[in-house]
Amino acid sequence: MKIAVCIKQVPDTTNVRINPETNTLMREGVESIINPFDMYALEEGLRLKEKHGGTVTAVSMGPPQVENALREAISLGVDEAILLSDRAFAGADTLATAYTLARALRKIGKVDIILMGRQAIDGDTGQVGPGVAENMGLPHVTEIRKIESIDEDGTIVVERLLDDGYLRLKSKLPVLLTVVKEINEPRLPSLKGKMAAKKAEITCWNHEDIELDMQRIGLTGSPTQVMRIFTPPKPSGGKIFEGDVQQAVSELLKELRAAGAPIGQGKE
Amino acid sequence: MNYFLTEEQQMIKDLAAKIAKEKVEPVALEYDEKGTFPWDIVEVLAKSDLFRVFIPEEYDGLGGGIMEMSLVVEELSKACGGIALAYAASGLGTIPIILFGSEEQKKRYLPRLAAGEILAAFALTEPDAGSDAAAVKTRAVADGEEYVINGTKQWITNGGEASIYTVIALTDPTRGPRGASAVLVEKDTPGFDFGKKEDKMGIRGSVTRELIFTDCRVPKSNILGREGGGFLVAMKTFDQSRPGVAAQALGIAQSALDKAVAYSQERKQFGKPVSSFQGVQFMLADMATQVEAARALTYAAARTIDSGARNVSRISAMAKVFASDTAMKVTTDAVQVYGGYGYMKEYPVEKLMRDAKITQIYEGTNQIQREVIALQLIKESLQRKE
Repeated sequence: MKIAVCIKQVPDTTNVRINPETNTLMREGVESIINPFDMYALEEGLRLKEKHGGTVTAVSMGPPQVENALREAISLGVDEAILLSDRAFAGADTLATAYTLARALRKIGKVDIILMGRQAIDGDTGQVGPGVAENMGLPHVTEIRKIESIDEDGTIVVERLLDDGYLRLKSKLPVLLTVVKEINEPRLPSLKGKMAAKKAEITCWNHEDIELDMQRIGLTGSPTQVMRIFTPPKPSGGKIFEGDVQQAVSELLKELRAAGAPIGQGKE
Repeated sequence: MNYFLTEEQQMIKDLAAKIAKEKVEPVALEYDEKGTFPWDIVEVLAKSDLFRVFIPEEYDGLGGGIMEMSLVVEELSKACGGIALAYAASGLGTIPIILFGSEEQKKRYLPRLAAGEILAAFALTEPDAGSDAAAVKTRAVADGEEYVINGTKQWITNGGEASIYTVIALTDPTRGPRGASAVLVEKDTPGFDFGKKEDKMGIRGSVTRELIFTDCRVPKSNILGREGGGFLVAMKTFDQSRPGVAAQALGIAQSALDKAVAYSQERKQFGKPVSSFQGVQFMLADMATQVEAARALTYAAARTIDSGARNVSRISAMAKVFASDTAMKVTTDAVQVYGGYGYMKEYPVEKLMRDAKITQIYEGTNQIQREVIALQLIKESLQRKE
């Protein structure tokens, strides 16, 4: 079984800096980690490999320093790592990113399962997973909490997390899945893995290595325009009614009515 | 302070620190309360290759030594001195096999110990033989191609949990200390049972138990080193294991210092954080100075051993004495900085104080260590005069 896991390197802090001109994240000088949701995708990929055999390939797009994230993936047990790095890829929104990743995954060849985290903790869009699947013409299931079974005939059964339960879904391979944190507990690296990661070769692809439409990548291929990034103002005021519930509700209703709220005269 | 760790040592330290923070810290209080053995953590340490660091490469280890082991013990002890001991005690049980094991014995046990599949333990202490190690009463009587072991060992760390035990027993009681031998005994050998599990003051995340031998037969090939060489095995093992105890004390002390510094800035009295009072500042300064000195001495001892130096008893004893006395003092001072809260179980420093105390006692009391140091000084002085 060939498994690919797409990972994103994200800043390890809530205190991110924004480039005032481009309104994009400034990654330089901020400590970076693998997007925590992608850690669950990596773990699931490694568990699938341990159960069904095969290989796990980690793919990531970003500046050269993303190599560190890929080395960490190797230290966990990933077989191969591919870095998509090129100035032409820079400034990509989710559409251009999904397109670029899809083209790279096509180049890898036959992949049975593509795994990703449900979303990245910096952008929080959750769009890249489904976007990659659409670009590749593959089925996808988002927010998987469990892979129940994979049959010999290429049928996969998964559980998709909902607010108040879960959906059991069946799909044909190849498929793209995005995972939630309920799916597993990511492993820690081993020393042998870390030593292997230090020496491992990271394959690096630029725009010339992948067959792609230059109009669909980087800033050019990104219809999303970030106008402004700001911290929403904290809601101020507010009042907490404490004590006995009956009494607190009565007081709340009284104040709302006094403020002119159109509330009926029910029993109090 | 820069201790010029190699890239590999830094990697080991970082990984141990990550495990301590993410896996050990969240369960430390639970184990302290229950007093059970932390198998789940042992499994994490095994998967991360941390049992490999001090085992030679030819037996599936990573080829490091006492320095690497000490780095792991120090980091784990910052999160829990008890859980760290479960690791360190297996190290203590592994050292005699590395030092004195035959090729066959090493092949049989070291790869599995390196993988963390099994744990080791070391058994010297008896009800009437602690610091006076020569008072051992456990017998190993030769009978054909076997030894028949009878006796009781006391306060054995990892007892009942470890799979392989180095047991010091008398093979020839007429020869006194020269009649003792080190014998490997596997768990589940008929006649080898476990007695009382101790209810301890601290290091409760580790298990301490009695070993009971009743006509327990092991092949003569299980002897470590030569017959009659048991005390040599014990002394050489302790020479190498003491920096591990020092590292445990060091981790506990560092944790106490870190917590005291943080708390002193939170706790307000007379309208100011207590860290603004010189009385508290001087305590913190002394604590930090002592911890750093303990670290320097511990690493120096570990590196001296790893360099292959011949006589390491003195530096090894010095590291153990100084780091454990420091741990006791610094944890006591941390409780003082916390004031009344420090005495309460809801706050973390009382556990550190309980965990610290044992480091002054086991693997040779600090009084015995001082005797080792002094005797070495006198011996060297006499040699210079000759």
